[in-house]
Amino acid sequence: MNPISASLFLRRLFRRRLVLFAFVVLALIILLAILAPLVAPYSPTGMRVINRLKPPSTLHWFGTDEFGRDVLSRIIHGGRASLGIGMAVVVTSMLAGTTLGLVAGYFRSLDALIMRGVDAMMSLPDILLAIFLVAVLGASAGNVVLALAIVYTPRVVRVVRGSTLVVRELPFVEAARTLGVSTWQILTRHILLNVASPILVQATFIFAYAILAEAGLSFLGAGVPPETPTWGTMIASGQQFADRAIWVVLFPGLAIVLSALSLQLLGDGLRDMLDPKLRKAL
Amino acid sequence: MSGIHPAHVLAIRGLDVRFRTEAGEVTPVRGVDLDVFAGRVTALVGESGSGKSVTSLAVIGLLPRPSGGVAAGSVAYTGKSGVTVDLARTPASAMRAYRGSEIAMIFQEPMTSLNPVLSVGEQIAEQVRLHMRLDAAAAWRRAEDMLGLVEIPDARRRAHDYPHQMSGGMRQRVMIALAMSCNPRLLIADEPTTALDVTIQAQILALIDQLRKTHGMGVLFITHNLGVVAEVADTVSVMYAGEMVERTDVRTLFRAPRHPYSQALIDCLPARAARAADGRRLIRAIPGSVATAFAAPGCRFAPRCAFRDDACEAALPDLREIGEGHVSRCRRWEALA
Amino acid sequence: MLTTLARKLGGMITVMFLVATMVFFLTRLAPGDPAALMLGDQATQADIEQLRKTYGLDQPLLVQYGLWLKEVIAGNLGQSIFLQRPVLTAIGERAEPTFFLALFSILIASLIGIPAGIISAVWRGGRSDQAVSAGAMLAASIPSFWLGLLFIQFFSVTLGWFPVAGYGDPGAPLAQRLYHLILPATVLGIVNSALITRFTRASMLDVLSEDFVRTARAKGLSESRIVLRHALGNALVPIITVVGLTAALLVGGAIITETVFGLPGIGNLVVSAVLRRDYPVIQGALIVIAGIYVMINFAIDVIYTLVDPRVKT
Repeated sequence: MNPISASLFLRRLFRRRLVLFAFVVLALIILLAILAPLVAPYSPTGMRVINRLKPPSTLHWFGTDEFGRDVLSRIIHGGRASLGIGMAVVVTSMLAGTTLGLVAGYFRSLDALIMRGVDAMMSLPDILLAIFLVAVLGASAGNVVLALAIVYTPRVVRVVRGSTLVVRELPFVEAARTLGVSTWQILTRHILLNVASPILVQATFIFAYAILAEAGLSFLGAGVPPETPTWGTMIASGQQFADRAIWVVLFPGLAIVLSALSLQLLGDGLRDMLDPKLRKAL
Repeated sequence: MSGIHPAHVLAIRGLDVRFRTEAGEVTPVRGVDLDVFAGRVTALVGESGSGKSVTSLAVIGLLPRPSGGVAAGSVAYTGKSGVTVDLARTPASAMRAYRGSEIAMIFQEPMTSLNPVLSVGEQIAEQVRLHMRLDAAAAWRRAEDMLGLVEIPDARRRAHDYPHQMSGGMRQRVMIALAMSCNPRLLIADEPTTALDVTIQAQILALIDQLRKTHGMGVLFITHNLGVVAEVADTVSVMYAGEMVERTDVRTLFRAPRHPYSQALIDCLPARAARAADGRRLIRAIPGSVATAFAAPGCRFAPRCAFRDDACEAALPDLREIGEGHVSRCRRWEALA
Repeated sequence: MLTTLARKLGGMITVMFLVATMVFFLTRLAPGDPAALMLGDQATQADIEQLRKTYGLDQPLLVQYGLWLKEVIAGNLGQSIFLQRPVLTAIGERAEPTFFLALFSILIASLIGIPAGIISAVWRGGRSDQAVSAGAMLAASIPSFWLGLLFIQFFSVTLGWFPVAGYGDPGAPLAQRLYHLILPATVLGIVNSALITRFTRASMLDVLSEDFVRTARAKGLSESRIVLRHALGNALVPIITVVGLTAALLVGGAIITETVFGLPGIGNLVVSAVLRRDYPVIQGALIVIAGIYVMINFAIDVIYTLVDPRVKT
């Protein structure tokens, strides 16, 4: 994308103010996570039992947890794991789902096989399939990524296959085929370029779902080990103190809501912009 | 036209319809005058994009909201009670009382204009119950009667049918039955036969004509097909690019059209086409297409007109009376004779 | 029509077969010897060998798969390692709270989602449309367990309106047990309303632009009758689909909410089975839950024929 079309892209994307707002919030959250050691006011692991379960104050904006650790600092650091896992899930499921979707949409002989597999995976609720896979693979950050990537791959397969089926019948793809362009080139150049926008939209939604699912798994004790600060583990370990110190549960949850909401708003904005049919309907 | 002048049903004067679009405001209908009389058929003729359908939607109050609306002019409607109201200034809630009971409409697409999940009888009975204040059983009987009136065989049984169980011609009969079910004073038929086979077309036209005679309603018949106009119309109004260009009775129009656009439309009729040397008919087409952006101040038809001169492109010509009940917007109408 | 349903039935069986196969082989990937797991720490090597023989675990994997599949088809999902009873019995004992929770949740989700979607479509582009869209997205961004914790804190602990957790005594009257479901069902209803809202809006927008809606307007019908009878009647098929599928996914998808509210449902059974590596229970629960999903899917296809006269012929 050249700079001119990139700025046009952003200007059109941000025509809706809510989308711009979502983008700014998301960028801020990601930036905080990246710069966590520099911006967090306290160490995420520094315990001071004397300071336990203190309500929000000017010293500790979001209060302290059961070990006297600063909740805000833990949220900023926890974002690294939560967002990092989400990002890794997006990348993995995009790669796997796009490949399978292109193959299913272009090579009709493999279509039925792949799509029945997709149906089978989608007949189980996301969180149930995820917890089963983590149980089988073992609980670790890497396996949570793998499990969630497997869970969300079928969605990508469906989107990419659907677009591929449409695009492969378009005149220019047909023309490329008659001109003897190799199947591989047709797939990667023509079709992939054309299905890029629905994939991009899907990616933002999967990012949001992955953050929510990771938190859920951590909460159930089937996710990353509890000593790693993620937004999910913070809520899980804080729940028994919810009656005395609601802030240990409230703020990590708000971080999840804010991230997932920003991602979905952004995805919605992208979809409106990229799909002229939907734009008109709005 | 002889004898006593028939009663006015509809008198449109100076109608402007405006739409707000992403690209700004457009006025697809400008300064239209139109009359419909009881028991008579007024045909409104033009290509797609000429504004004829928009005019009809303005009459019945179904312009898309909130983007479209009447910007100027009046739509005087004289109803069953004999009272005349300006439909352009009637609030939306009051318009509902006219739609279906006083003014009915038949659309072009019989395949999609009926609700697929309700039986045709229900769809007619629903309107009857609303406007004629009948109970469910009486409304259903009325629906059956109406289906019989439009010559649907075995009407009592077919009232229970769903639209998808009927052919296009049958569905258009249902649409007519629906339109007629509350004895409207004004029937607007928007290209009612365009989507149908030629043989079915003739049947539907005959049916509308017969119902007009027996019920005495005025008909506003919208079409792009002059062949149909010759069959059904009493008076004809020709629209081009949102403006009226010629209005006269049907005989005069075919005998002596006084606007080059009307003339061109008539020349496009297959029956009028000249024969080539090998005996095949030469079907003519009007060169160009309806202009949508108006940069030039002159006559809208000038770019496609064989008779234009420089003055045609200088200013928009007015409608002028050139004979009894015959108006034309062409400056050079005399040259057409 | 019948051939369509027959084809769907074939697809259902294929999907179930794939689920069973996936569940079997993935479980065998898991670390740890199932026999050792069953017997616990004190078992001798001889005991373990003995058990492996009885359960056929010494056979080649494909043979084991064949034997297992035969049992599953016969309706035998095996024995729980920890609960000392058949898996199916264990699931059956936990079915009631899960069933009612899914039912109430989908009712609440529909009561929120369908009207919101209709409002949003009718006034599309307007302020209420934007508010509904933002609200739906917010609902889909809330972790259910977090909302559950906040609800418990506020409605149960602070206000004391509802029990903090559990499903009451098994002997308590049904109404008392169902009272325990109000909070969890509200949480799930809110979270799941988002998808229903979006689907309702999209299908209503499609239908409202159809020609027959213009015909209905030309008949002089009131706008509410046009929207509720003519448009909604035609938008019903996609709405039923999304409501049905959401309900199906709620049966197994409520595991987090069941855990937060301490409900002894199927989700809770799965979580404890996962934490204790009770593989027969995990396998059985997954097959049952996928089976329910597939059957609801099939039921939706049958309902189509009742709602849409075009499908019948």
